[in-house]
Formats: sequence, structure tokens, C-alpha cells
Amino acid sequence: MTNLEADVGIRVMGSPATAPTPRMGAAKPRKRTWRQAFRRDWQLYSLALGPIAFFLVFRYLPMIGNVIAFRRFRPGGSILGTGPFTLNYFDRFIHSKTFWHVFENTLILGGLTLLFTFPLPIVLALLLNEVRNGTWKRFVQSVSYLPHFLSIVVVVTIIYQVTALDGLVNQAIHRFGVTPIPFMQQPEWFRTIFVSSEVWQTVGWGTILYLAALTMIDDDLYEAAKIDGANRWRQTWHVTLPGLRTTMITLLILNVGTFLGVSFEKVYLMENPLTYSTADILSTYLFRVGMASASSLSYATAIGLFEAVIGLVLIMSTNLIAKRTVGTSLW
Amino acid sequence: MVAIEQSAPRAPATPPAPPAKPRLVTAPRRRRWGRIHDTRGYRAFQVFNAIGLTLVVIATLVPFVHVVAKSFSSEVAIRTGRVNLLPIGFNVDTYRLVSHDHLFWLNYWNTIKYTSVSTVVALVLTTTYAFVLSKKHLKGRTLLIWVAVFTMFFSGGIIPNFVLISAMGLRNQIWAIALPNAISVFNLLVMKAFFENLPPELEEAAAVDGLNTYGILMRIVLPLSKAVLATMTLFYSVSFWNSWFPAFLYLDHQNLNPVTIYLRNLLVGATGGTNMGGQISDLHISANVQAVAIVLICVPILLVYPFIQRYFVRGVMLGAVKG
Repeated sequence: MTNLEADVGIRVMGSPATAPTPRMGAAKPRKRTWRQAFRRDWQLYSLALGPIAFFLVFRYLPMIGNVIAFRRFRPGGSILGTGPFTLNYFDRFIHSKTFWHVFENTLILGGLTLLFTFPLPIVLALLLNEVRNGTWKRFVQSVSYLPHFLSIVVVVTIIYQVTALDGLVNQAIHRFGVTPIPFMQQPEWFRTIFVSSEVWQTVGWGTILYLAALTMIDDDLYEAAKIDGANRWRQTWHVTLPGLRTTMITLLILNVGTFLGVSFEKVYLMENPLTYSTADILSTYLFRVGMASASSLSYATAIGLFEAVIGLVLIMSTNLIAKRTVGTSLW
Repeated sequence: MVAIEQSAPRAPATPPAPPAKPRLVTAPRRRRWGRIHDTRGYRAFQVFNAIGLTLVVIATLVPFVHVVAKSFSSEVAIRTGRVNLLPIGFNVDTYRLVSHDHLFWLNYWNTIKYTSVSTVVALVLTTTYAFVLSKKHLKGRTLLIWVAVFTMFFSGGIIPNFVLISAMGLRNQIWAIALPNAISVFNLLVMKAFFENLPPELEEAAAVDGLNTYGILMRIVLPLSKAVLATMTLFYSVSFWNSWFPAFLYLDHQNLNPVTIYLRNLLVGATGGTNMGGQISDLHISANVQAVAIVLICVPILLVYPFIQRYFVRGVMLGAVKG
């Protein structure tokens, strides 16, 4: 165990939210060559073979597979496509009206979802934090987590049932004399239904990280605030919310990064030709186009690549902005 | 998120598998504010808060109750929009009908099969990689971590994945479901954080006693990690139980489908899409059949839910607090 000291030295670190990249090297007394490292740790490296093969084949190979966005893909042929490289497929969707319409839908649906599902868990966590009766609090938590554990298929079927002509919502509005509305067939209702069901599904579970962060806030801060004459509201404003800041920013970065990818599976199950005008988003559109015929696979891949790159750029820029302005970041 | 870590000083080598603290979220401080100091405004707030949270509970449960009520109701009552929260024309005929459908049980059995195989594969791959990544002295560790973490932010996309899996000849095989989702990076990071917290002395002692790395993993680390292994088993099995899309993409025959696809076909059949086959097709696919399928799919989840909840919460917090 020659490296015991080095291990212990590394173990002490506890510095702000970044990947452990730079400090690692600094803590090491001397650099090992790859040959030495391999001789010493070959058993560890051998354990990593399976997982690395997994990442290479099922994660990185599909990334490389995106070259078919630049080349023609023939079913049965190479998964890397054939023929010369071309930007035709990008050209095609950039000049496609449908594409821009779907892109706009994606932005609206993603934006609305973010607008509601990001702040509401904070509110619910703060409310739960004020509950004194432990049993009641646990009960509310248990119930609100429940939708998170259901299959998307189950959730969407429940949505259909609740909004059906004979469902709960129509029964309720019928009491007020409104004629029943076939909600799932009307494009103007899609966004409302989608966002409310997202809220139903995710807000309870979303409180967990905030509740965890709340337990970490030092009680002395509240004592100090009280001595300074802060009432409950000001304690929340000056102690609780700042205590949640790191968690909020981290989740915001993650949410912004995934916001173009708004729940493909759910939209795919919820939409139908009648509601495409508001429901169809990039991922569902490209999936439908790609699956329709093998000759469209390259076109669909180009759209997918476009979406993935925007997602990556979004998450990197939010991360950078967060790092510069508030000093919190994912890496 | 390490800021959180700083404010909670911890002994450098806390014992592994910290004693069960399921109430970590709920119970920690009680005496911070005495009741005597409550202002009138705060008491009013408490009342509104209780009402608000009750509404949250109701809003969460009502859709379930509605579906359960429909599953026990007569079709006529549903059609005429009379069923809301209580069954009307109580009967178990629909349950009998669905449970006589051979395809339903075949698909249910498939779900059980896919879930168990996928979970085992996922556990093996996640555990070994998390163990490797938890060794801080390992050369190239940062790179290995980034190989995993990068895939959280950038993915190949649906079509290239589809093309790849098809080209690999995995269609209509269980591996098309089990392999492509074998490692969830989130779970991997949770597990890595757990392993990093194990006291290194034990492993060092075992190494002195002549155990090699494999022996240390199997005989020292894993027995100490039952809590996190249980969490991971739950995480993975629930997600595989609920999954439908890989099956939808890669399985061509209805006898191979998991039960989530069975429900999806009921749903699509009811909304005017493609028609479903199977013995139930002569039966009108109505709301009560869907409701029964929902209930039967969710029963296993609801049965383990009390355990799940506790483990999941701890798992998520472990991952979050460690960053």
C-alpha cells in the first residue's frame, strides 16, 4: 500500500461543486506511468471492461451513427451510411415549414413545462417544511410521490380516462351546464392537459431534493434571524431560500438542458393526428418521419442531431452562466 | 451541490450502511419555534397550509380513484358518465374478462421476465463500474467518469439507436430491452458515492490478508452495501417494469410484448389508431377494460411502494448530497 498517504490526502477534499479533475493530480506525490498503473490495478481495469463496452456500443456508437445525417442510409447496408457526404438533409428540414412549426411547438411545450414544474416543487417543499405534524407530513409526501412510480403508458391512459367524454373533468363542467368537450381531440387543449399532467406527475417527487437541502440548513441561522427580529416570513426569505439556492440552480441547469427533449414518450402516446398542430414536437415528428420509410431515416437523424446539439449547447451555456454569475455549476 | 456537504461536517470514515434514517427528511428539528411565539398571521397560514396540502393530496389521488371506480363499474354506467369516484353497478366481470385473456397473462409474464433479467444485468454492470470509479487512486479515473457523465448531456438519438440495435440483430430478443439501458448514469453516481464512503481500512486489511480486487469486491464491499444494492434493485426494477418504448420499437410479435404494450394497444385501439389483435379484440375495448389493465399493472408497484418510497428517497438524497 505505497499509495496510502496519497489516498488519504485526496479523501480530505471537500471543495465546491466541480468535478474532481484539477485537485486530483495536485494531491499525488508523483505521477505513475500507465504501465505502472496497469500493472498495479489491472484487476480494477478488467472490471471496467464490461461497462466500458456498454458505453461504447450503446452510447457512443449511436453518436457516431449520427453520420447518417450526412450520408444516405440504406437498410441492410452499413450503419454509417453510404455514398458521399452531404448537407442535403439539413438543408431540407431548414427549408421545411413543418419543421419550424414543430420546432416552435417544442419550444412552447418545453418552456411551459419548465415554467410550472421548476418552481412548484420549491413551493410545495416550503409548505411541507412548515408542517409540524410528522405523520401528516409523511402522508402528504407519500401520496405526492406516487405518480412518479407509474409507467408513462399508465399515466397517459389515466389522462385519457379522466378527460374522456364520460370522465371526471367533463362530469364536473357538465354540472355547470357546459357541453362535454372531447379534450384529447382538440389541439387548443393539448398544452393545458400536458402541462397539468406533468405537474401532477413530477411536482411531489421534485420536492425530495429541496427537502433534503432544507434539513441541511443550520438551525443557528434561524436563531440568529429571530434575535434580529425576523418573523417567519423574513426567516423564509433570508435563511430558507438562500439555503436552497445551490439545489435550485443545479436543477435549473439540468432542466434547461433537457428542455428540448420534453418527454418524447408521453407526447407520442398523447398526440393524435387531430392534435398534431400543437402537440407535435421535434422528437415525435422525427420519429414518425423516420419510421414511415427507410429512406427518411437520414432526414430524421439530421433533425435528431440538430436537437441533441442544441440541448448540449443549452446545458453548457446555462452551466457557464451559472458559474460566472452565482458560482454554482455542475462541473 | 457540495456546498450542502460542507455545512454538514462528517467524520472522515463514517461506518458504511448508516443506520436506517428513513425520517431524515421529516423529523429533524422540532423546537426551533415555540408555539407561544406564533403570531396570528402565522396561525392563519398554518390553517391555509393544511387546506392547501389536503387539496394536493386529493388532486393526486382523485385520478386513481376514478380509474379504480371505473374498473368495478358496469359499462353502461361509465358510458353515461355517471361513474366518478365510486363504482356504479359494482361488478368484477371486467376483471374476469381480462383475466381470461391469455395474451394478457402472457404479456404479464414477459414483463416479469424482462424486468428480472434486465435488473440483474443492470446491477452487475452498475456495481462493477461504480466500484472501479470509487477508487480515487486509479489512473484515468476522471476520464472513466466523464465517459459515463457525458452521456447524460448528449445522446445518439432515437434513429441511430434504432438502426444500431436492428443491425446488431437484437430485434425480438430480450437483449434489445435489457442491454441498451443497462447503466443509468444517475444510479451509477449514487452507487459510486456510496462506495467512496466505505472505510478504506477494511479493504486494505483484506488486501494484506491476500484477497485480490475481485475478492475484495465480492466478500468485503458487497456484503457491506446491502442498503445501496436494495435501493438500486428497486430503482432499476421499477423502471424496467414501467418501460414500454424499447419493447414497442424492437419486438414485432404480440406474444413477446410486455404488459405495458398490452395497455398501450388498448389505449390506441380506443383512440382510433391501429387495431389490436388477440382474443380480447372481439370485446369492445372500453374504459373499464383499460381501467382493469391499469389496476393490474400497478398492483405490484403499489405492493412494494411502502418499501420503495423509503429507499428511493434515501437513494436520491445520497446522490444529491454527495453531488
